[in-house]
Amino acid sequence: MIAVQDVSKSFTLHNQGSAVLPVMAGASLRVAPGECVGLIGASGSGKSTLMRMIWGNYRVDGGSIRVGETEVAGAEPRRIIALRRATLGYVSQFLRVVPRVPTLDVVADPLLALGLPEAEARDRAARMLTRLNIPDRLWPLSPTTFSGGEQQRVNIARGFINAWPAMLLDEPTASLDAANRAVVLALIAEAKARGAAILGIFHDEAARAEVCDRLVDVTGFSVLP
Amino acid sequence: MTGQPLLRVEGITRTYGGRIGCTDVSFDLWPGEVMGIVGESGSGKSTLLGCLAGHLPPDEGRVIFDTRAEGPRDVMRMSEPERRMLGRTDWAFVHQNPRDGLRMGVSAGGNVGERLMAVGARHYGRIRDEALDWLTRVEIAADRIDDRPRQFSGGMQQRLQIARNLVTGPRLVFMDEPTGGLDVSVQARLLDLLRGLVRSMGLSAVIVTHDLAVVRLLADRLMVMKGGRVVEQGLTDQVLDDPQHAYTQLLVSSVLQV
Repeated sequence: MIAVQDVSKSFTLHNQGSAVLPVMAGASLRVAPGECVGLIGASGSGKSTLMRMIWGNYRVDGGSIRVGETEVAGAEPRRIIALRRATLGYVSQFLRVVPRVPTLDVVADPLLALGLPEAEARDRAARMLTRLNIPDRLWPLSPTTFSGGEQQRVNIARGFINAWPAMLLDEPTASLDAANRAVVLALIAEAKARGAAILGIFHDEAARAEVCDRLVDVTGFSVLP
Repeated sequence: MTGQPLLRVEGITRTYGGRIGCTDVSFDLWPGEVMGIVGESGSGKSTLLGCLAGHLPPDEGRVIFDTRAEGPRDVMRMSEPERRMLGRTDWAFVHQNPRDGLRMGVSAGGNVGERLMAVGARHYGRIRDEALDWLTRVEIAADRIDDRPRQFSGGMQQRLQIARNLVTGPRLVFMDEPTGGLDVSVQARLLDLLRGLVRSMGLSAVIVTHDLAVVRLLADRLMVMKGGRVVEQGLTDQVLDDPQHAYTQLLVSSVLQV
C-alpha cells in the first residue's frame, strides 16, 4: 500500500551561502495492508523527513513513493489533495486549526471533506471524542485553548475518524496518560484489523512492541556524517 | 481525476510603461481548489489578480474560464456585457477595503439584494428573505438589515461584502487581502466563515495576501511572487515546509512565531 523506492532528499539553504545538505539516499521500504511498520533511528536520522515526503509536504529529489495508486514524488497538488482526502491519513505532533472552530467540527472535518452529511459526521466525531475521553463540555470550544494532552487527543480523533487505507502516525502516544494511551493502541489495532497500512514513529518502546509488526532503521538511509 | 480546470491562465503579462507588473504567469485552477498568492508589496500579486478578474487588460496571455453554458471561453475575448454578466453571476471579487466592494449609501439588505436584482430577481419579499438569510450566514444580526454599512465595524463591513458577493452562488471568487486591516480576533472569525463557505458551496478561490498564516489555513495551493514573476508554486504545506527558492526560504524564515 505504501512503497518507498530508492528515495533521496537534500536541502539547499539559499540564505546560508546556498549550502546543500544531503540528508537521505537510497531509502526504500514497503508497508502492506494490515501491517504496522515502525521507523527507528536516532534523533535527526530522518524519520520525520521520510514521513513528510510520504505525506507530500517535503519534496522528493529522487526515487519513487507510491501510496495506493498515487505516485507522490513530483505529483500535482490536486493529486496530493485527493490522496489526503480519501486514502492517506496523518496524525501529526501538532494540531493546526482555524482559531474559533469548535472541536467537534475540527474532528468531523475530514468526513465533511469526503461529502458525508453533517449530522453523521458530527455524530461520528462525538463518538470518537468520547472514546478519547474529551468531555462533551469542551466540544463547542476551539482546541487552541486546550492543554497539550487534550490537543494531542483531538489530533488523534481527527486522524482516526475516517477509515483511511494508509496512515502515518508521528508519536501518537506521546504526552498521553495510561488510559488514553490504551485507547490509541486499540485504535491502531482496529485500523490494522480492517486492513490499513500504517507507518509510524513511536518513541514509546512498549507501544512500539505492541503494535508494530516490523521495524525499519532509517540510519541506513541517512547520508549525514 | 478527470474533467477540466475551472480557470486556465496562460502567460499573463502586464507592464506599466517600461515597468513589469507581472510577467508570464500560468496556472490551472481546478473546481473546489483554493489558491493563495503571496509576495511582498510590489511583487505583482494585485496586478495579476486584476488581470485575472478582468479589471485590468493584460498585455499578453489568456484567461480561460469554464463557463456553465458554453464550456471554456477566453474571458479577454468576451464582449463587455458578457464579461460584466460573468462578474455578476459566476465570479465574485472581494476587495481588501470593503468600501470598494460595497455601496456605502445603501442599506445592508440593499447591498445584498442589489446583486440578486442584477441577475434578474424581481420579487421584493423573496429578495429580502434571501438577503436576510445571507446576513445571518455571515453573522450579521437580522435587526441591522436596514442599517447602512458606514454604521458597521470594519469586520462587519467585510462580512457584508462577502455576503453581497456570494449571494448569487458564484463558482469562482477572487479575494484581495480579505483579512487585511482587521483585528486578529475578527480575522479568525472571517477565516472560519470563509472556510465554511468554500466547503459548503464548493467554491474555487484565488486569494491574494501577504499573510502566510492565512494561506496555511485557507489555501490548498500556493504561488509565491517576486518582482512580477512566479518564483515557486505548489501544495501550500509543501511550499511553506520545504521552500525551494531563496525568496520563499527568506519569507518563511521571517515569520514571527507567536
